[in-house]
Amino acid sequence: MDFLFVLIVGLLVTSGAYLMMSGHLVRFLYGLALFSNAANLAIFVSGGLSYGAPALIAEGEKAPLEPVANALPQALVLTAIVIGFGLTVFALALAKRAFASEGTALMDDMRSAEPRAED
Amino acid sequence: MKSLILSVASRALMPTLLIVSFYVLWRGHNEPGGGFIGGLVAVLGLVIMSKAEGVRAARDFLRIEPLSLAAIGLGCSVVSGVWGYIVYGTVLKGVWPFITVAADGSKSGLPVGSIFLFDLGVYLVVIGGVLGMLFAMEEVVAPEPDEDETRDGGAG
Amino acid sequence: MLVAFPILTALGTAVFCFLMRDQRQGQMLASLGGALIQVALAVALLWTVTTSGPLSAQMGGWPAPFGITLVADTLSALLVLSTAIVLLCVVIFSLSEIEREQERLGYQALVHALVAGVMGAFLTGDIFNLYVWFEVLLISSFGLLVIGGGKAQLDGAVKYVGLNLIATLAFLTGVGLLYGATGTLNMADLNQAVSGRMTETAILASAGFLLFAYGAKSALFPVYFWLPASYHTPAAATSALFAALLTKVGVYSILRVFTLVFETDGTPLAPVLIVAGAITAVVGVLGAVTHREIRRILSYNIISSIGLLIMAIGIDTPLAITAAIFYLVHNMLVKAALFLHAGLVLKIKGSEEFDKVGGIYEQAPWIAVLFLVPALSLAGIPPLSGFWGKFLILRATIDLPSLALTVLVLVVSLLTIYSVARIWLEIFWKSDERGEGCAPAPALMVAPIVLLTILTVGIGLYPDLLYSWSDSAAAGIADPSTYISAVMEDPS
Repeated sequence: MDFLFVLIVGLLVTSGAYLMMSGHLVRFLYGLALFSNAANLAIFVSGGLSYGAPALIAEGEKAPLEPVANALPQALVLTAIVIGFGLTVFALALAKRAFASEGTALMDDMRSAEPRAED
Repeated sequence: MKSLILSVASRALMPTLLIVSFYVLWRGHNEPGGGFIGGLVAVLGLVIMSKAEGVRAARDFLRIEPLSLAAIGLGCSVVSGVWGYIVYGTVLKGVWPFITVAADGSKSGLPVGSIFLFDLGVYLVVIGGVLGMLFAMEEVVAPEPDEDETRDGGAG
Repeated sequence: MLVAFPILTALGTAVFCFLMRDQRQGQMLASLGGALIQVALAVALLWTVTTSGPLSAQMGGWPAPFGITLVADTLSALLVLSTAIVLLCVVIFSLSEIEREQERLGYQALVHALVAGVMGAFLTGDIFNLYVWFEVLLISSFGLLVIGGGKAQLDGAVKYVGLNLIATLAFLTGVGLLYGATGTLNMADLNQAVSGRMTETAILASAGFLLFAYGAKSALFPVYFWLPASYHTPAAATSALFAALLTKVGVYSILRVFTLVFETDGTPLAPVLIVAGAITAVVGVLGAVTHREIRRILSYNIISSIGLLIMAIGIDTPLAITAAIFYLVHNMLVKAALFLHAGLVLKIKGSEEFDKVGGIYEQAPWIAVLFLVPALSLAGIPPLSGFWGKFLILRATIDLPSLALTVLVLVVSLLTIYSVARIWLEIFWKSDERGEGCAPAPALMVAPIVLLTILTVGIGLYPDLLYSWSDSAAAGIADPSTYISAVMEDPS
């Protein structure tokens, strides 16, 4: 099972890197989204995959009754998802504004900040 | 593009979702739930409203600028951290002013305190932050006609 | 609990500033007040730490390594103080520079939110928490970069955001692998968990991810290109804040994580740090001698200083670490002064390009001198603070078996002198052919530059104080036992 997850992480990273290197802003962002999911899955796998029950404590008990899954990777992934969501939304909005002001979404032609010497 | 079905449904859905969001926020201490999830449920309600009636109606309903709401939420969380420091000398330590512990260790009273304030802060930050982003994007994609101007024009 | 207050103050001030963003006076007062409180807190923190050893605080009373620990040793406290001073200067400058429109969008709130992230990164004792504070400062810096954005600003922001997001994801993956291999995230606890396991694949892979992430944040070769693409585009107060703080957080993270968590001795990490640092120093200074705009030159100078810093960290002798810390503090103050001065030139002349500006020395000699002092300090001319920083790094390289790095530091220093001399000649010394005068310089813009200049002269004339702090910070890094016991023992 772990192996399958590792394979998926690798697949996501490969496709993400491919998209990022295409030189198109929108594809770059898609690649980034894939990377972000790969990172989250990697944390999940490294925490150890198990079939334990959710880490919840029943009413009136001090400790969970049956073995529970490690809840920390889940908490970390949740934090990472929230942050990743916010950053992706920001990056999308920024890409849209930049496209409107530059008139192109090809990274090689977006040179307002660093104009070519011959310009 | 206004849909009558969505508009009518949103009148029932929005208050229901808001009440559910309060409930989820409230039960979050010991059971699944809390400020984050509660905030998202409340956002759901407001997003349905903004889809049905337009972003401006949702903004008017909220009365307060979403990002200001997020700032107030952040303020609540900071205050809850300082509260723990004032009472126990430890930042972010839980303070339960309405709970009394009996001699045998059993607790009674209302479980409201600094933890709830922190959760409330998270709740407001989530509502404010997510709505701020969603409204801003929706207004960029489909700029609405400025209703204030037409209203002023009609009055004049 | 003093440790938690720089972060709480920054967050609280950000909230106040945001809620008062429509009232100019109130926002200015809140922002300035917050910055002054930060300076006072930082002085108190440094005083406590240097007199009675590292301080720690367990958030919510949960003991380490289970809860989140904030911890301040001399290194953290010193950097918190520099951050607070830079914050104060930038806030004063921004009161004059930043337009109403941007203030209404929450400029001051974003500045304080960024500082909350920086303070949090300097003070946290937990590597996942470090990631969270990185995000806080990253999100605020995104906001500051695009606020009131023009065309160049948006274009610079796209590159900045793109590369920083990749670095963020690498950071996250590195943390995930580290947690998988050790089962803990507390840095003091990791020191024990990782010790003796540096050859394991998972640990080395995690170190590689983290090195890439921190390298990208601190603009290390080959992942530095976002910095010169973006730092010259926003308002000068913003770029001064970025120049003084953001890359330095990356350097701090390398310094902390690659001494406390990972052992660099006998692993490929030490040579990687030295080589990457050396290449960065050369590439940066070569960029600095080719450009014709003040802030673009200074951006490349940042990269070259980062290179020297990382090289010193890679050398990893007690003297080299002391030198790195001394140079780090000097660099924060001087870079802030120079970037703010670029904003002043922009204000009084309307441009910062060589071809459009000239003759400031004739028209306003004091303003020219005010640039010359921090510029000479950056170049490493005695008796200014930069001289001691460069001297210490040079001294550390002489102890090495090969003199190649010594020659490299000397060449980089010479080229740095040449790069700032070009700014001096073109912007200040050459006469203005077009005969345009200077607009008057606003006092609020001059005052923070004067303050920072006095500090660099003061450190230069009396380096013992900063040297002794750097030395004790380096001692704390060489022997982390006091840091670890401060975290692990319950202080309450």
